[in-house]
Amino acid sequence: MALLQISEPGMSAAPHQHRLAVGIDLGTTNSLVATVRNGIAVVLNDENGRSLLPSIVRYKADGGVDVGYAAQGTQASDPRNTIVSAKRFMGRGLKDVSHIESMPYDFLDAEGMVRLRTVAGVKSPVEVSAEILKSLRIRAEASLGGELVGAVITVPAYFDDAQRQATKDAAKLAGLNVLRLLNEPTAAAIAYGLDNASEGVYAVFDLGGGTFDISILKLSRGVFEVLATNGDAALGGDDFDQRVYCWILDDAKIRFPSIEDTRSLLLKAREAKEMLTGHDVAPIHAELSTGEKVDLTLNIDTFADITKTLISKTLGPTRKALRDAGLTVDDVKGVVMVGGATRMPQVQRAVAEYFRQEPLTNLDPEKVVALGAAMQANVLAGNRAGADDWLLLDVIPLSLGLETMGGLTEKVIPRNSTIPIAKAQEFTTFKDGQTAMSFHVVQGERELVSDCRSLAKFELRGIPPMVAGAARIRVTFQVDADGLLSVSAREMTSGVEASITVKPSYGLTDDEIAGMLKESIDHVGDDVQARNLREQQVEAERLIEAVEAALAADGRLLRAGERADIDEEIASLKKRIAGTDHRAIKAGIDSLNAATQDFAARRMDQGIKRALTGQKIVEFKL
Amino acid sequence: MRLRGKLQRLTVVPDFSQDYFALFGLRRAYRIDAAQLDQAYHAMQGRVHPDRHAHLPETERRLSMQWATQVNEAYRTLKKPLLRAHYLLRLAGTDTEHESNTAMPPEFLMEQMEWREAVAEARAAGDHHELEKLMQRLEKTADGLLGEIERDIDAKKDYAAAADAVRRLMFIEKLEHEIEDALEALEN
Repeated sequence: MALLQISEPGMSAAPHQHRLAVGIDLGTTNSLVATVRNGIAVVLNDENGRSLLPSIVRYKADGGVDVGYAAQGTQASDPRNTIVSAKRFMGRGLKDVSHIESMPYDFLDAEGMVRLRTVAGVKSPVEVSAEILKSLRIRAEASLGGELVGAVITVPAYFDDAQRQATKDAAKLAGLNVLRLLNEPTAAAIAYGLDNASEGVYAVFDLGGGTFDISILKLSRGVFEVLATNGDAALGGDDFDQRVYCWILDDAKIRFPSIEDTRSLLLKAREAKEMLTGHDVAPIHAELSTGEKVDLTLNIDTFADITKTLISKTLGPTRKALRDAGLTVDDVKGVVMVGGATRMPQVQRAVAEYFRQEPLTNLDPEKVVALGAAMQANVLAGNRAGADDWLLLDVIPLSLGLETMGGLTEKVIPRNSTIPIAKAQEFTTFKDGQTAMSFHVVQGERELVSDCRSLAKFELRGIPPMVAGAARIRVTFQVDADGLLSVSAREMTSGVEASITVKPSYGLTDDEIAGMLKESIDHVGDDVQARNLREQQVEAERLIEAVEAALAADGRLLRAGERADIDEEIASLKKRIAGTDHRAIKAGIDSLNAATQDFAARRMDQGIKRALTGQKIVEFKL
Repeated sequence: MRLRGKLQRLTVVPDFSQDYFALFGLRRAYRIDAAQLDQAYHAMQGRVHPDRHAHLPETERRLSMQWATQVNEAYRTLKKPLLRAHYLLRLAGTDTEHESNTAMPPEFLMEQMEWREAVAEARAAGDHHELEKLMQRLEKTADGLLGEIERDIDAKKDYAAAADAVRRLMFIEKLEHEIEDALEALEN
């Protein structure tokens, strides 16, 4: 360390060298960019004075790209090439995307992540998001008059590793140096907490265009400590539009609308939703390409009624987050509302009812995330001033684990662990002479691997041949401050090593992703049942393999009758393994164990004798 | 059957190379001042956290992540009573043998079975109230065991007795998780 360094770590040694850094809220519906100017966080507007950039990208036949307002007008006229809500596709396969039937895009189910076929070629959601980020970067550089040192990009707290990685890739593609991926509710908490000098436990309820997060934070003396987070990565304002759209189709008796009509009716649905924030009724007028006319009025009670189930989908995760934090609603000092969708009166009512207090809306719910991200970007870039002495301690939203025998998940890092975190776990070989071992990294709360998100697969090769169980393979999971995972495996006796940064491989359906936690709880009974069966099957197979190997090696230690008994037990157990009754398998295991007790004892005796006389045997052989 | 890629769990491998008490400037004892631990943890992270080093070169950033990781692990270990007890016993050279030693007195195991049956019955009956009552009783039992652990480690230095109480407490914690799962299942 340099002896002359007198500043604290993270504090700029030369305060005049202000480094340009921004916070970007990459939203499903709208995106924003903000920065800290003269010590104050401000949202940067476009040349027309508008702060929001609609998260819409239009690809044109001539290769040109329109972003934001320029693309907004063509949603209904050129729906196939005008991509909205691309955030919903980030890190997702085709099966993972909900409401696909009312989406006008030409989807391609490419490996890993879904792709969109446009007039300008096949585009990945990462590329679409990169266009939005690039547009914001150009806005910021023009406004600040220089090149950016870096950016903090916000992501939903409930985003999994694949979605985070996709977001980081998009930022890189947009020419941004990512200082940090920051969870949206945490960003909001910074902006809110610093603005109000808050202390105590706060809940951040963040309902955006396409994602829902709930985070419970403890604020004390400049430390923002996330105690627990939960959410639904596929729930947001878009779903409310979708409900209104379905209501329109139903009420106006429209069947099979064209993709253009679908897009324009979805826009009408959104307008009606927004109108109902300040009014009791919203008229919906439209003329379809078929000449059909829509002339309806949606009142606030009907709207609340058709979106009831969406509201209740936010309360489940909220309860779970509080439980994981070990707290009750009485411990929560304030509830910060974030995201445009929290403007809806029924959302505010439900939150107030649940937390038994009026939620806090004194900061613009659409800007608070970008403002917090800007504050964080400012200190990460090295512009920390004396007053910026705060610290963020965030968590991972979903457990990380490995596939183990029988398709079961072995959790390595539990959800809500504070990051950065590393955990090592040791495994051993299953078979004599096994020289390779493959690892399957998964994320989620369910017990069966098939119910969790598959993140990556990799292999450790070159393990020296040893008897089963002798190798010691240490697998290390490291989650960094961005919430991104890297995994390495090492055979401890030989030093053979393999490591990867997790790149998504996918393999889950939509419902499984969105409601992984929920399902984990709904189906606890099923899981336990399936888990028991698999465990017993694996146990039985291992036992049979061991006994057969012992018989092959030392069968001569048995009398004919004894041998026949054991063979019979093996045959019986093999039959039971094929069944579904874990108790029957367990009974078979016990029975085979009992039948081989004496045999095992004799082998042990023989082994001890050999060990004592080992020297002699070797000499004889020589 | 495909044998490659089938993993068999052996043990959890924690890193005990550093005395976490010393790291936070705490006396090595079961009874700790939680506020002092929190304060020391925050102060430590304030120094080592990656957010404080994001603008520095790669080497510093990597070091910072390693340190912050270590500090998080140390904090978690000392913060949770059961982990803290495990850790102290490990430092004292007494292995709690929780992976292999499951031999418990028959009356304790009998009591465990009764608890488990009670949880299963309340769960099957969808009895929210009963589950919460069971949870409260378990928490009381756990508190008693934690008191025992504190006396055994801090006053009597009877690590074998503490290890025994730790093993019992692990059974209790498992039951508590089962009740939590049951309560969550009822809510949905």
